[in-house]
Formats: sequence, structure tokens, C-alpha cells
Amino acid sequence: MTRKLLTGNAAAAWGARLAKTDYMPVFPITPQTEIIETLANWIDNQQMPGRLVTLESEHSMIAAAGAAAATGVRTFTATSSQGLLYGMEMIYTVAGWRAPFVMVNVSRGLSAPITLEPDHNDILAARDSGFLQIHCATCQEVLDTTLMAYRLAEDSRIRLPVIVNEDGFYLSFTREPVEIPDEQAAAEFVGEFNPEETKFRASAPSSQAVAVLGGTPYSYFRYEIHQALQNGLAVYREIADEFAERFGRRHDVIESYLTDDAEYVFVMMGCFATKAKAAVDSLREAGWKIGLLRPRLIRPFPAEDFRQLLAGKKAVAVVDQNLSMGKGGVLHTELTSELYGFGDAPAIVASFVGGLGGRDISQEEFFEMANVLRDSVSNQETPPPRLLYTESELRQVYKLQAIAHVEREELSQS
Amino acid sequence: MNETHFKRMKDLPSTHLLGSGTPMCAGCGGLQALHEIYDVLGEKTVFINAAGCMTLLSVYPFTPFRGSWLYTAMAAAPAAAQGVRDALDILKEKKQISEADDLLPVVLTGDGSAYGMGLNATSGAMERDLDFLYICYDNEGYGNTGQQYSGATPHAARTATSKGVSGFSGFKKDLFSIWAAHRPSYVATVIGAEPLDLARKIEKAKEMNGSRLIIALSPCPTGWGFDPKETAQIGKLAVKTGMWPLKEYINGEIVHTKIPHPRLPVEEYLKTQERFEHLFKPDRKELLINEIQAKVDDYWESIE
Repeated sequence: MTRKLLTGNAAAAWGARLAKTDYMPVFPITPQTEIIETLANWIDNQQMPGRLVTLESEHSMIAAAGAAAATGVRTFTATSSQGLLYGMEMIYTVAGWRAPFVMVNVSRGLSAPITLEPDHNDILAARDSGFLQIHCATCQEVLDTTLMAYRLAEDSRIRLPVIVNEDGFYLSFTREPVEIPDEQAAAEFVGEFNPEETKFRASAPSSQAVAVLGGTPYSYFRYEIHQALQNGLAVYREIADEFAERFGRRHDVIESYLTDDAEYVFVMMGCFATKAKAAVDSLREAGWKIGLLRPRLIRPFPAEDFRQLLAGKKAVAVVDQNLSMGKGGVLHTELTSELYGFGDAPAIVASFVGGLGGRDISQEEFFEMANVLRDSVSNQETPPPRLLYTESELRQVYKLQAIAHVEREELSQS
Repeated sequence: MNETHFKRMKDLPSTHLLGSGTPMCAGCGGLQALHEIYDVLGEKTVFINAAGCMTLLSVYPFTPFRGSWLYTAMAAAPAAAQGVRDALDILKEKKQISEADDLLPVVLTGDGSAYGMGLNATSGAMERDLDFLYICYDNEGYGNTGQQYSGATPHAARTATSKGVSGFSGFKKDLFSIWAAHRPSYVATVIGAEPLDLARKIEKAKEMNGSRLIIALSPCPTGWGFDPKETAQIGKLAVKTGMWPLKEYINGEIVHTKIPHPRLPVEEYLKTQERFEHLFKPDRKELLINEIQAKVDDYWESIE
């Protein structure tokens, strides 16, 4: 085991390398590109075996990844944002193939307007695809989760592709100390790839992904995917236990921070949750009984874990770094749907949207959210959903608009 | 290249590999070509299919193939072939499968995918010199959805989306040249109605490495409007009128494998199909017919 300063992207590449990935179909996109550059350099310098092929689009890349996994080799790929959306047809398709492989997504806001910085609208667009989905908050987690993801994907009870998500810039380009497991120890943990029945061999012809006629066979195969995903929670717990035993690091389904005695709880996913963690520390110093829940698994959704962890709490603030247009925060929607009808669920589950396109969520805003929760409890009224934005930001945008206006005027006069 | 095994019609394979009873239309020219192609290629193949008529060949739990099959999506078949080929190569390198277990990836798409949505992935596959075979069954329109015009539709043809007096205003895209411009190992045009020419080309392609691409003109009774029993006859006319040149791109050169002599007037071909009926009824559209004839004449003059 060595300890090194690694970016999230380098950690993802280490995950693929230590998992002894055979095949890497790739395509560059900011802020993911460093992952595939790192892998390509290792392969070119004989530091790792494996074959890396640059396809001409993410649609093709995901098709090649699924097809290789369906032929029977261990496969890794990575993308981000527009790339994930460009490949979305194949995301759904290869999940239906039951092709087990691992893809790292480096979260980045979606166009339009086009931007480079992170939020979770890209990854959540893949929410219903049949991929399992795990969100990381540290570079260490990116490496560890990539190894764990192979175990999940290839488990006989699951046999589905897995997305490991890291946030663009904040994780992808931030160096943190990361423990890199020994090659041997990692290989023993991940194990050999067993294609089971998912393969193409001349001596054993098979037809994969054939059409069906009518809703009866279609529903059957779709329900099977759903049920395999639902198996994922129990399988994940086994894998997380084994990982903790072997490597001394525990990555639970939901990271729970100071929630045992908490009356109020923040719920956030991804690395922006570390901002909430800092706010919890400050609020605790000021006497608040407050904690944080950070779900790592989004698919399968850890409903029962949430119910248990939130039972008896006074109020919850779900801070979504995404926005379902015309609805609101996605995690808020998902969580409330699982809490509804359970007697000991918190009465107040408030929705906040922030961090879109990498917009910061300041400590003051977390304090304000805590105040909103406390007021809501005393009023016994759920507050309306809030889109986090400050007056100074608004002034900043007005200034930009004024400049844009002047520019246009000048152009039209010249 | 060894000499062909297919010197005469009686040399063609007498055992047929592709099962019958598929949901293809009666008289499907694409299926005719596929039967002939499969007999030469054999069962050590994995057909990688894009959305189109032939997606319905394998409907759970049936398949007419003795070998393997993977349905992908409309634009993704050559990319999936890349994944399959690379995976098989990796398995061979690691000695996890024997040479005998290897398969030839065969992309099977219609013209809708080949001329349009799938062209990007095909270009990428050729640029990477992917070792595979591509078969495009070209029925000159989006046939599976009811024959709307595609990039493969010929000038003046009536389709479900070009029902005006002059039919389709565009011109059939020259996919052969677009493919050949990538300088792959092999490109050829074939038609089921010329089985000897087809078998020789598939035989040749099978023995090669690298990207090998075949366009099979596929007379389509439902899309073109003719009696299913006319498929072979119309296919022969497509060749004899010079409308469908049989040729191959090999070693950087284009060779015509069957030069129609004498060339019949194009209207012999056009008048067999309802999609061109408006050229003759109620009035003969001399200008349009001449325009089509002139294009064909120009083509053959340029190569003769």
C-alpha cells in the first residue's frame, strides 16, 4: 500500500488499473479526459496491460463497452455531462443487455448554457437506465468505489453495469492523499472476471439482446432488471464489509455524520456534502443538534436505510445539486416518496436547490437552511422549495446583462 | 487470393444455413441476399444488427441463425462490432479462448442506418481498420417504418414522404465511394439476383482482414410496389439497365465485375415498380425519365 496525492481522475484510473481491466473504449471530454490520458500513458509505457481504443463518440464508446462486456472481458470506460447524454440511448441499451462493466462519470452541468463546472443533472439523467449508481465525495472513495463496483456489476445476483460518479473540478482536479492498495490485494478483492452465460463463442452460439413482441416478455425482462438492482443493496453491504475488512476503510450505503442524537439533518450527495459536513461542525459548536446523511448509492435507492436513519428526526433539509425542470430537486422527490406514510418519518422535509454549474454553497447558507428548519418545526409548516441565490449574485448577473446589452447596441450601430 | 470456388452456378453451396419462417416480407430481396451471403460466410459469425427490417429476424425466443446475434441500436452496430472484435482478440491473447472459438463480427444494417445515422460509426470503424464485415441491405428507404425516403432513395422515387408529382427530389447517396474513400480492405456492391457474383465477392471478403463492406441492393416488394415473385427479375433488370453497377474496391482500385452489354434502357427497370409509376401514368414524364437515363449513361461513360 502506498499513499500518494492523487486527483479524483487519477484515483479513477488507479481503480481501473488495479481491477485489471482488459478493455477501455474511451472518448475525451472535460473534465474526464485526465482519466483516459492516464490509462493510455500507463498502457503505452507497459505499466499496465489492457487495450484502450478511442471511439468516435460516446454513443459508440458505450456500445463498444457493452459489446465487449457481452463478449466476456472486463471493461472500463468514463465520460461526463454532454457525453453521457450523447450516449444515453446506449446507456439504457447496455443495461438491458445485462452487460457488467464499470463507467466513471465526472459530473458536469448540462447545456444550455454550456458550462464546465459540476452539478448532478447529467448523472441523474441516467437514473432510470438500469445502471447502478454510486456517488463519491473524496478521491479515496473514487478509487475504492471503482474496485467495489466491479464486484457489484459482476455478481451473479446483479449482472448490470455500474456508474461511479465523481464531481467535476472539485474532485476530478483536486489532489487529496489517497491510499493505493497493493496490486495483489486489489486483485484478490476484485477477483477474476467470470462472463457466466454472457459471451460469444463459436462453439456455443448465442443470441443476445433480441427483440420481443408484446408487453408480456418485455415486462418480464424489465422487471428482472429492477429486481437485480434491488438485490444490489444487500450485495453492496457484503462487498463493503469485505472491503473494510481487507483495506480498513468502510464505505456505507449512506454516510451518516453526527445523526444519532440529531434533531435536524442535512441530506446531500456528492462532494458538496463535505461543505455541509463543515457546516454541521460549526452549527454543533453553536449548540445545534444537527447531522448529515450522504447517500452513496442512488440506484438502487436505499429507502429502508433512510427510513431508519431519519426516524424520529424533527426536520430534514434536502440540498439538491440538480434541478428537475418544472418539479424541483430530484433527491428531495425521491426521499419524500419513500418517507411518506411512515409514522415516525420527520414531519418536515424541506427542499433546497444549490450548487448548479459549480455555484458554491456557502456556510452562511447552510446556517440559514438550519434556521428555516427550526422555524418550520415551530410553525409546523413545510417551507416552500428554495433556489439558493444571493442578492450579490443577482447584481452580478444584472451587470453581465448590462454589458451584453451595450455590446449588442454597439454592434448594431457599427 | 486463391481462385474462386464459385465458377458456375452449380458450385454455389447446396446446403442452406439460414432458417426459414422469418417475419420478413414475401419476396424480400434483402433476405434473398442474406441467405446467399450466410451460406458462404458460415456459422462462425456474430451478426451485429442495427434497427431495421432485419431486427425482426431474431425475435425471442427464435433465431434463423446457427451462429450468434447481437441487436444494438440504429447508429451503433459498427461500434459494437469494435467491442466484440477487441474482446475476442483480448481473449485469444490471454489464451482464454482457442482460435476455433473465434468469430467474425458481421454488421447487418439497412440503408437507413448505413447511409445516415450509422455512417459516423462506420467511418470510425474503418479509420481504426476494424477487422469486420459490414452488410448493408439497401432497399432505398426507411422500409421497416413504411418506406419513407432515406439517403439511399433514388431520384424521382415515390415514398411515403415523397408523394408529390415528381417523387423524391434528391439523389441516391454514393455510399460505395464514401466507404471506398476510407481506403478499407474491400468494398463491393452485390445483388441477390446475381448469386455467382455475390458468392465470389463474399468468398473474397471472407478471406481478407480489415474492414470489408458490402452493399446489397434489395428489391422490396412492399416498399417499391411489385409482386413478390418479381424480386429476382427486378434485381436482374437493376443490373442490366446499369442502375445498380456491380463493382468492387480492392487494392485501391475500382473494378466492375459485370458490365451490362448491351445496356437496357432504364425505363425497363423503372416501369416494373409502383414507386416509379408516376413517370409513366397518367402522362409519360419524358424529362424525368431522360434525367435518370442521362445519369446512368454518364456513369458508364465515365468508366468505359
